[in-house]
Amino acid sequence: MFAVLFEPTADGQRYIDWLLSGLGWTLALAFFGWWIAFAVGIVVGIGRTVQNRAFAALARLYVEVFRNIPVLVQMFLWYFVLPEILPTTLGNAIKQIPPPWGSFFPALICLGLYTAARIAEQVRAGIEALPKGQTEAASALGLSPYLTYRHIIVPQALRLIVPSLTSEVMGIYKNTSVALTIGLMELTAQARQISEATFQTFTAFGAATLIYLALALIAYQGMALIDRAVRIPGTARTDDDIAPNLAEDIQQAGALPAGMEIAK
Amino acid sequence: MVQQTVVDETRRPPAIVAVEGVVKRFGRFTALNDINLSVRAGEKIVLCGPSGSGKSTLIRCINHIETHDSGRIVVDGVELTDRMGDINTVRREVGMVFQSFNLFPHLSIVENCMLAPMKVRGLSRAQAHERARGFLRKVRIHDQADKYPGQLSGGQQQRVAIARALCMQPKIMLFDEPTSALDPEMVKEVLDIMVELARDGMTMVCVTHEMGFAREVADRVVFMDHGAIVEEADPETFFRAPRTERARDFLGQIIH
Repeated sequence: MFAVLFEPTADGQRYIDWLLSGLGWTLALAFFGWWIAFAVGIVVGIGRTVQNRAFAALARLYVEVFRNIPVLVQMFLWYFVLPEILPTTLGNAIKQIPPPWGSFFPALICLGLYTAARIAEQVRAGIEALPKGQTEAASALGLSPYLTYRHIIVPQALRLIVPSLTSEVMGIYKNTSVALTIGLMELTAQARQISEATFQTFTAFGAATLIYLALALIAYQGMALIDRAVRIPGTARTDDDIAPNLAEDIQQAGALPAGMEIAK
Repeated sequence: MVQQTVVDETRRPPAIVAVEGVVKRFGRFTALNDINLSVRAGEKIVLCGPSGSGKSTLIRCINHIETHDSGRIVVDGVELTDRMGDINTVRREVGMVFQSFNLFPHLSIVENCMLAPMKVRGLSRAQAHERARGFLRKVRIHDQADKYPGQLSGGQQQRVAIARALCMQPKIMLFDEPTSALDPEMVKEVLDIMVELARDGMTMVCVTHEMGFAREVADRVVFMDHGAIVEEADPETFFRAPRTERARDFLGQIIH
């Protein structure tokens, strides 16, 4: 059934090379986007819980804006609108960035900042789930608020949310497919290109689907390993905590990444 | 109607904690109503009273975990106010032991004891480690130093919590019902440590219902009810002949 993938293309490659190249862009986008999301998400998530009202309000604003605008719209805003509202020279310089980087960077920023808003909410939930006694004990020892967050609150909150971060890891790489709308030749875009070149629609998207599915399982297993590695000795957490999450993720995600729905 | 034992004032050490006319409200509920209490260096005070009488709130106010609404609290010469720049300079001199231990579960026992001395007192890792080992030995738990809090029994955890507070070498120790969350067979191991600490001359304010402990170490027993200090006396007087009806009722309920 997948035999067509090994046939040569007009440019002398094989169709499977197109898919692999798309996979590379998908992984690069998801990987680097994840670190942006993680870093920004932790800062904003902490911001949601601090006493300082201005900082808390800013963090809240960030989450509401980035979480509530559809990813696709955000993608267009970064790609089409941003260069127009910047000063002309800077806007033109951005438009001059050669492909594929001209699409990659807006997509990276878009996915990173969008996912950061979601991670921020998880971080906030993790912090709020900690017993109040932890902060009190830290204060009683004379630890400043900064030291309390740095050594007591954040390390515990992050451990607590590893299972729910699994959804975000799966989410960001599935959302990479939206980048095809601004011209990045990632996995879904390549699948569509193969489908158009060979008319083997089922094969093209079937192969892409299997790759996405394999990635999901790898991400899930990887997060389960991390969860086990950072587990605090003497605290029992059964695997039951994670299992329902997978079911939830699969349900949430739908069968196909968002971009594939568009491609259809 | 607070009676105080008459002693020549000039021969006593100065007050390390002075609580003057302190009022604390939670919404409409008055948790502390015009509290006056002074604790002198080296003194051991036991606070007791029915639940909801404000005794925990009082010691939480002393290290500013709760903020008082009016009145003055002076700890080690520094008045606690909302606007004070760095409350932590006071807190590092005041050790606190909680009912629910509140150890940091993600740090090993010895790391629990090393964190604040390193980050707040500026000790090197080696110095903090040595000090932690010393105090863990004192609470007889040094052989568990590399375990995590979740791997210890309640009594052991509370002893670690005491060692953790002592590692800051505080001038005063506050105990908020340190044995209330423990299984009965573990109460003694914690009380033994507290008695030793008292013998070493530590200034202590303990909220506890352990009357045996109060008899053994307390210089004064302070009985609270409905957010006010009702009676204040040396333990012998307090247990033998409480002057107020409320104290008599209370003692009748806890001593079977």
